Amino acid sequence: MDEIYDVMILGAGAAGLTAGIYSSRAKLNTLILNDGAIGGQLVLTNEIANYPGVETTKGFVLANTMKKQAKDFGCKIKSNIKVAEYHLEGDVKSVKLDDGREFHARSVILAPGGRPRSLNIPGEDEFKGTGVSYCSTCDGEFFTDKELIVVGGGNSALEEAVALTKYATKITIVHQFDHFQAFEHAVREAKNNPKINFVMESEPRAFFGEEKLNRVKVEHLPTGETSEINVDGVFIFVGYLPNTESLKGHVQLNERNEIVVDTEMKTNVPGVFAAGDCIVKRYRQVTTAVADGTIAALSVAEYIRNAK
Amino acid sequence: MKLLQTVIHEIESASELDKIINENDNVMVCCGRMGPMCVPVYDTMEELEEERPNIKFYSMAFDTPEATPIRTAPMCRNFMGLPFTVYYKNGEMVEATSSIQNRNQITTILDKHFSE
Repeated sequence: MDEIYDVMILGAGAAGLTAGIYSSRAKLNTLILNDGAIGGQLVLTNEIANYPGVETTKGFVLANTMKKQAKDFGCKIKSNIKVAEYHLEGDVKSVKLDDGREFHARSVILAPGGRPRSLNIPGEDEFKGTGVSYCSTCDGEFFTDKELIVVGGGNSALEEAVALTKYATKITIVHQFDHFQAFEHAVREAKNNPKINFVMESEPRAFFGEEKLNRVKVEHLPTGETSEINVDGVFIFVGYLPNTESLKGHVQLNERNEIVVDTEMKTNVPGVFAAGDCIVKRYRQVTTAVADGTIAALSVAEYIRNAK
Repeated sequence: MKLLQTVIHEIESASELDKIINENDNVMVCCGRMGPMCVPVYDTMEELEEERPNIKFYSMAFDTPEATPIRTAPMCRNFMGLPFTVYYKNGEMVEATSSIQNRNQITTILDKHFSE
């Protein structure tokens, strides 16, 4: 058999990198396997202003620092991999990649993170970059003096809508419920902005246009009536999904496909732990992911110690 | 002056861009900022640079006037999302995408235009 690591961490977002820092610093032979960009949701965050001890910084800067810390402690990181098979039972766990390579470890920390939820409606992919956007900081200025729709009712949606009023002449927030999930201050700021109006209890059903987006079909949910709104762009902020599809049948998931863990980040499979946005919890922040990763790594260290 | 912090080489002027696309058969340029939609594309290009020696990978700052040839290219005329990623074959722009792209989307384009 090839090398057996002490711990194999699947995912290199804030939780996975933190677990890598802690476990490699504890002299555990640590491997991180990552599907996608190192940093996960962290690199998709333009500015981070509330990470304690760090003044306002860019998400990618924080991610790069975490990656360097993990590597400096001896953690190996392999990115842009795809896991094809999981074998999580028994004393030695293994994963097989889609290119045939196999990796083995005495313990596993699952930290696959999450991804922005898309609407999955006709036209969404077609008009990505030509009217459909997921980042106001990146693309807001393309919509100077234009009319926009913002989809969603959480903090991101309302805060980004307010930010977009710097550019747009009019913003319509389309939200599925009759109330917002955002914090009160964010709701108040949006409601007080004269450029923002609201279409409640409604959802987009399709995006239309020629070479770029020019209108959106919206359904009013209580009545089922549909209408079309002429717009130049749509910004979508409708929450996140855990990246756990491939873990079904391997560890216990809840009805929202989040991994069920205890307070020590243990899953229902001995030697398999989980951390970050993929687990059952209410608040998903960089700080909570970092905390999860810390706990998971310390629990792994104890698990390895007890197993010897 | 370099404005980005990418590991892949950053093109600093329109004349450098012109020289690169005329001296190399296969060129990919990601024109963006150090923002959340752009950084994952630079990261993927950094990995692909080792795997695909027949292709030259570059970044270029979107906000510099030197990037005008990319910002105003006909293939980019409807783009409203960063980064603008463009692909040149024998000096001609053959493909362009707007907004974030994942590794599969990028390699599909590379395979389509730059297969050896």
